[in-house]
Amino acid sequence: MPTLKELARRPNPLTGGHSACAGCGFPQAVRLVLMSIEEPVVVAGATGCMEVTTTTYPNTAWTVPFIHNAFENAAATISGVEAAYRALRRQGKIDREIRFVAFGGDGGTYDIGLQSLSGAVERGHRFLYVCYDNQAYMNTGIQRSSATPYGASTTTSPAGEAVPGKLQRRKDLTAILAAHGIPYVAQSTIAHWQDLTRKVRRAMEVDGPAFINVLAPCRLGWGTDPAMTVRMAELAAETCAWPLFEVDHGQWHVTYVPKQKLPVEEYLRPQERFRHVFQDKSGQLLAAIQRDVDEQWEALLAKAGQAVDGKAASRA
Amino acid sequence: MATTEAYRITERRRVTMTGAEATAEAMRQIHPDVVAAYPITPQTDIVMRFARFVADGVVQTEFVPVESEHSALSAVVGASAAGARAMTATSGPGFALMHEILYVAAGYRLPIVMPVANRALSGPINIHGDHSDTMGSRDAGWIHLYAENAQEAYDDLIQAVRIAEHPEVRVPVLVGQDGFIITHGMEIVEVLTDDEVRAFVGEYRPERYLLDVDHPMTVGALALQNSYFEVKRQLAEAVRRSARIIADVGEEFGRLTGRYYGLTEPYRMEDAELVIVAIGSTAGTAKDVIDELRGRGVKAGLVKVRVFRPFPARNLRDLLGRARAVAVLDRADSYAGLGGPLFAETKAALYGLPQAPVMTGYVYGLGGRDITPEMIAAVYDDLGQLAERARADHAAVAAEAALSVRYLGVRER
Repeated sequence: MPTLKELARRPNPLTGGHSACAGCGFPQAVRLVLMSIEEPVVVAGATGCMEVTTTTYPNTAWTVPFIHNAFENAAATISGVEAAYRALRRQGKIDREIRFVAFGGDGGTYDIGLQSLSGAVERGHRFLYVCYDNQAYMNTGIQRSSATPYGASTTTSPAGEAVPGKLQRRKDLTAILAAHGIPYVAQSTIAHWQDLTRKVRRAMEVDGPAFINVLAPCRLGWGTDPAMTVRMAELAAETCAWPLFEVDHGQWHVTYVPKQKLPVEEYLRPQERFRHVFQDKSGQLLAAIQRDVDEQWEALLAKAGQAVDGKAASRA
Repeated sequence: MATTEAYRITERRRVTMTGAEATAEAMRQIHPDVVAAYPITPQTDIVMRFARFVADGVVQTEFVPVESEHSALSAVVGASAAGARAMTATSGPGFALMHEILYVAAGYRLPIVMPVANRALSGPINIHGDHSDTMGSRDAGWIHLYAENAQEAYDDLIQAVRIAEHPEVRVPVLVGQDGFIITHGMEIVEVLTDDEVRAFVGEYRPERYLLDVDHPMTVGALALQNSYFEVKRQLAEAVRRSARIIADVGEEFGRLTGRYYGLTEPYRMEDAELVIVAIGSTAGTAKDVIDELRGRGVKAGLVKVRVFRPFPARNLRDLLGRARAVAVLDRADSYAGLGGPLFAETKAALYGLPQAPVMTGYVYGLGGRDITPEMIAAVYDDLGQLAERARADHAAVAAEAALSVRYLGVRER
């Protein structure tokens, strides 16, 4: 494993000067992922914050080959790129190892892009799909997505007198990808650089599709201080609201078990999108969110064959 | 390999085949690097034949059997930007599902070639041939070629590669053929040798491509108010420029095969007074009708529009300028627009001519409804009467006819 210093010395795939918000989570996701890959890489990106803020013509922040096609088809696009690579390599027109990565936000991945992603991994293209999940359609004005967690207030699931924010659980996309039976699936955050870089390297080793879901907080949509972005991702893992795990050739492993699982309140309280949760004097909404987090965490531990009391050792 | 040898064509042959079969054969001979496709009637016959070529090792093409037409074109955009010669094929609703990505492919100036088995669009669902699909995306920035028969479907596809990849063009090209009528109709097709096709299309050498990792580039950047308009204007210029390239390629193909191609194909137009303008297989039927009418002294003629984008306005002005009455036949409606797309644009092309003919429009054949020689003969009858009436008051008759669209072969009650 390279140290953080060594990683930082690698050529930067995404230069400064892009126009993402201060404290935005996705640039860390992109840099950590791409700096973990030693081979030359070609990147596809879905429409979204990342594409808009890094490729405003005549500028580009990408120092690696990058293609944006549309919102819902990053996976189909990269499968075409990968197919071209196979064809040209077989003809001897290209004679080096190249790796392929697609990035999409949660809207372009959980929702409109799910068919394209499902199709591409089913076909077995060798590529890594990274979802930078900030849990809503942030670029277009913070609308709910199927990744938005239960109880969060967004502009299309606003918390009001009658409806307390989003009424549905977030879609478990990582499990859906695992159900495709592809070689490698994982979940991480931008705060856990060692965990994430190790997972990316594993994804590069496997011969076939890989998927990593990376929690990348959005300070604008979440209503958090820009300086708190990384801390928010940490708190997501410490409260088990966003567990870190991997499914390596069908084997589930929880890769981070907090020494002491924090109450979900500690993660929710700094976020404006959950403000109404704390204005609810009955405490029922908070209790429902806590119950949901606990249930999902325990179900995950059970799948991984790890003890429900959380004492099992972390694999990482 | 024995199977590979069995497919190889080393001498020109005249073979009985369908349009779909001829198209698949052209694809085999073009030998693209990547083909991504999703099956849809009546295109399926093309991709399943091509999949067989892949399975038998006859082609080294990377075949990507995607989960939708949207992904088919998306993957082909990726492959083409990556530096591969890439193709797909589709039909009707599949083409409609690609609509968004048609613009991406054109805007990125990717030389993609795509056969389209023209098919009606829902609802109600109908799997048969009309031009509603490609006409619905006529403004996506693609070059449109339309075949009259299986031979042309074959010939056009081979030429499309050269047109799309020409350095002064670099625009995707679609080749339409009427669903079932051409895709599934058996005809005699002259097939070139593999070597002839390979030599004609040449090797694809893109200047810049994604897999050239030492020279990274960003494809598909965000273009705002300061640049988007220029990109689209340049696309329009490229499509306009392609008219000359299409003619040059058609001429070169003619020298190789004896079959010369232009933007339009005039038939018995030297002294024609009553003229039909049509696209696709209907042009073939019209030719037979014209031969018969000519035997009876009727000065009938036809202009087949082979290339719909770039629209051959100048050719149409030259060809139709001396006619007395013109009927434009559309296999697509624009539902209370100023006639079907071909009628509306043909009228526009002739606007301002001092001696413009009287023009009228017909919509026919929606959902694969037959168009018979009798119907076409009836159109020439109508034209004769229209021309007579116009003798008395040309301006009034022309003005009325320009707004009239009739439905040919539809039950009116």
